[in-house]
Amino acid sequence: MDRKDNNIPKELLVLMKQKEDTSEKISAPSRTFMQDARRTFFKNKLAVASMIVLVIIILMSFTGPGMNEHGIDDQDLSVAKMPARVPVLEDISWLGFSGVLSDTFKGDTADHATQNAFSRYKSDEEFIDIKVLDEGDGTKNSAEVKATYHIYEAKDMEDTYFWLGTDTLGRDQWTRLWEGTTVSLLIAFVAAIISLLIGVAYGGIAGYYGGKVDDVLMRILEVLVGIPNLVIILLMMLVLDPGITSIVVALTITGWTGMARIVRGEIMKQKNQEYVLAARTLGQTNRNVIMRHLLPNISGIIIINTMFNIPDAIFFEAFLSFIGLGITPPEASLGTLINTGFDNIMLYQYMLVFPAILISVIMIAFNLIGDGLRDAFDPKMHK
Amino acid sequence: MSKLLEVKDLAVSFNTYNGEVQAVRGVSFDLNKGETLAIVGESGSGKSVTTSALMGLLPKPQGVIKSGEILFEGEDLVKKSNKEMQKIRGKDMSMVFQDPMSSLNPTMKVGNQIMEGLIKHQNMNRSDARKKAIELLDQVGIPNPEIRINQYPHQFSGGMRQRVVIAIALACNPKVLIADEPTTALDVTIQAQILELMKNIQKETDSAIIFITHDLGVVANVADRVAVMYAGKVVEYGTVDDIFYNPKHPYTWGLLGSMPTLDNADEELYAIPGSPPDMLNPPKGDAFAPRNKFALEIDAVMEPPMFKVTDTHYAATWLLHEDAPKIEPPESVKKRMQGFANSGGDQ
Amino acid sequence: MVRYILRRVMYMLVTLFIIATLSFFLMKMLPGSPLNAEDKLSEQQQAIVLEKYGLNDPVPVQYVKYIGGLLQGDLGISFAFSNTPVTDILMDRIGPSAQLGAQALVVGTILGVLLGLIAAISHNGFLDYTSTVIAVLGTSIPNFVFAGLLQFVFAAQLEWFPVALWGDFKHTILPTIALMIFPMATAARFVRTEMVEVLGSNFITTARAKGVSEPGIVFKHGLRNALIPLVTVIGPMAVSLMTGSMVIEQIFAIPGIGEQFVNSVMVNDYPTIMGTTLLFAALFITIILIIDLLYGLIDPRIRISGGDS
Repeated sequence: MDRKDNNIPKELLVLMKQKEDTSEKISAPSRTFMQDARRTFFKNKLAVASMIVLVIIILMSFTGPGMNEHGIDDQDLSVAKMPARVPVLEDISWLGFSGVLSDTFKGDTADHATQNAFSRYKSDEEFIDIKVLDEGDGTKNSAEVKATYHIYEAKDMEDTYFWLGTDTLGRDQWTRLWEGTTVSLLIAFVAAIISLLIGVAYGGIAGYYGGKVDDVLMRILEVLVGIPNLVIILLMMLVLDPGITSIVVALTITGWTGMARIVRGEIMKQKNQEYVLAARTLGQTNRNVIMRHLLPNISGIIIINTMFNIPDAIFFEAFLSFIGLGITPPEASLGTLINTGFDNIMLYQYMLVFPAILISVIMIAFNLIGDGLRDAFDPKMHK
Repeated sequence: MSKLLEVKDLAVSFNTYNGEVQAVRGVSFDLNKGETLAIVGESGSGKSVTTSALMGLLPKPQGVIKSGEILFEGEDLVKKSNKEMQKIRGKDMSMVFQDPMSSLNPTMKVGNQIMEGLIKHQNMNRSDARKKAIELLDQVGIPNPEIRINQYPHQFSGGMRQRVVIAIALACNPKVLIADEPTTALDVTIQAQILELMKNIQKETDSAIIFITHDLGVVANVADRVAVMYAGKVVEYGTVDDIFYNPKHPYTWGLLGSMPTLDNADEELYAIPGSPPDMLNPPKGDAFAPRNKFALEIDAVMEPPMFKVTDTHYAATWLLHEDAPKIEPPESVKKRMQGFANSGGDQ
Repeated sequence: MVRYILRRVMYMLVTLFIIATLSFFLMKMLPGSPLNAEDKLSEQQQAIVLEKYGLNDPVPVQYVKYIGGLLQGDLGISFAFSNTPVTDILMDRIGPSAQLGAQALVVGTILGVLLGLIAAISHNGFLDYTSTVIAVLGTSIPNFVFAGLLQFVFAAQLEWFPVALWGDFKHTILPTIALMIFPMATAARFVRTEMVEVLGSNFITTARAKGVSEPGIVFKHGLRNALIPLVTVIGPMAVSLMTGSMVIEQIFAIPGIGEQFVNSVMVNDYPTIMGTTLLFAALFITIILIIDLLYGLIDPRIRISGGDS
């Protein structure tokens, strides 16, 4: 543009009065790292939802067993294998809480198929609704009927409700499910916390003192890590009496090594930072340096690792109980319930469905919370 | 001289979580064959974004060219598809990046990384490409290229890696070489070597170079012309002589004044106060006004247009309006300009 | 490099020796013997049986004999199946387990890598969320729950596949799927994270500036760099395959090592348990060794530092 332009208001072509420089003002409030982490975590909807779900599950695991009149080991063979029945929900048939057993039966003719249904449900004919799906033509298994067995009526128990049904010994599934959840969660939490304490102490000492101490501790650790944890857990479970304590012991014997390695690596990294040097220069004791400077700075990674250890422990408990090395009935855990469920999967699916759903939800929730925490403690994710 | 590249009123925005960041707001410049244009500015002034837009390398989908044209040999690159740009990138235009430590693929032999472009753009077979790659490594001053070609990037030092990056960029004799702060991450002695190398290469190949930097010392050393960018705009544009001996924009004064040299070791450096504006909400009027000691009242209302100083020299400041008060650069900057003028003759 | 491998193999043998010793003495602490309560044997007969199992010797002698046997590939004789050496039992049953494990590992890893790749390319798009959901479910839901679901829906209800047992290829499909969920989900998660990071790195920009096409960017420059760290999760994957083989073979009644292990646990067949444990340990340690060597092979940065220098 040319240097002469008459459209410009001339009165504005004067030096501006200098104002206070505001460009350096910090407008956002300052936040600590932990506040940032918390904010990032609570912004993560999945993680927050998972946390709410978990809190509900934990509350239920304490209050659930007391919510009905059935006890954990109230065996009564006369009410064995009762399907799930919940007041109100029983009227919505597809939910599966109607207290009926139903299945399709095949036969050469519709009558034949109906007979098969009757014999399966012990001939309580008046309580069995039959719906013919396929009349059949007399050839083998050409006919098909759907039979619905009103077992609560048949047993004259219209006023009884087993919310999640009963198992093969007539024990209430609802009660056992929440009792089992308590046991599974207890094992997982205790195992994770013990692993945490041992791992942090071991890794912390190795990392902080370094040198010979570190050498010795790490050689020992290497040997332990070389042995697959699955093998150790299996061997321990064989030797120890089955029970909660044994599972915790077996899980912690191997569980702390991962934590120890991570903590050692992190301490090694942090202890060479200037702030630690500064603390030392100012005459802080070793104890103080570890407790007040190092641990707070590696707390993030410790929390994340613990959060991922918990679902691992839940899985291993369920796995051990499933293969018959963990909790044994009449004690309940999610693993034993699933194991019982599998024995009856073809005829009484409800026995497997509820514990399977619950363990899956718990595992998903812990993993999502773990993911959320990992993001929350990652400075790159703080917006 | 023929115009090789012409950028007209280029505007680039990034759509972020918080809103639209106007990184480049109407940038125009041109580039002639065989010349070196330096783009100077603080971090965040939009110089790297401008070159990413030239190469068609804006991060997608956030980075968008809002308006403007990039005419390369008369063809508008903005309108080209990604496929068409792939044929231009590496062949007609190529790029050298800031951080040689991370700009090479760690799991690929350097030879293959050089040969990749040759095989793609010049249809060479592998053995020809290999010969050419060895030649290139030799050209950029890497000893024992026959051995080095089979090594991985981690076996090279930082300066050597930058030489490899330059070799990759030069592989197909590009008409335009864009160097995005190629010496910033290097030691000072290595910086000089790399600059020397680029100058020699330009002499040999007659490529045009766009040199992005915030280091005015480098600019004086390599550039023919200079574009000073601030807050996504070119605020002053001229030959090296124009910019160093006769700067018109207060921001350029600030840049020159804040540059330490040997002659002014005992003087205070002239620092530009404050920080660049937030491009999420660019200020009304002249973006530089809040930091400008010489701001006029009109700066708060209207953006200054590009005033013509000479045929080669333009600047966007109301101070150049003929009715504006006559303002002289601060004493320290004037002395500096004097210093450049005195030493300039030697170069 | 050769020295490094030799040293690693040495470590491996030492670890196996420790495991063998450990399991031997642990087993000695347990009650139970090949003498079943039902078989009413005379004292003489009992002595003969104990003699056959070498249980009359003092424990240290038994130990030396056991280790000596191990060196010759002799894992002892099963308590449950009289006269059958454990080695034979395991050899009989390794086929199905190996086939399932291999199928699950190969298919799972390939699908997982693809899933992670698709997710990374459509970063924050619909496909990304879908594959993330699959990955979270796959790593969270225990494999035996999956196995039950598959068995009930696809075998019992839809009758597309046999419910259980071992036979032709059709029998392997459901167990393979159940077994591969975890490796698949793990690989998908891992590849996605790595790939997003790699695709954002500077050398990818360099490649783009060279004019490399998009497939070239993703496969030639991106994938290789994203896959290298995947090697580090093969360890957890191997563990999941082993635990998986125990429960899934049990659920689908497949005559494999895992099912044998669970059955041996039920009847306290210690020699078989020990043999299986050792086999699992050896497998695991070998896998880890191969991974480490592989890692050095595919990552040039490690190759040099661990090698001739």
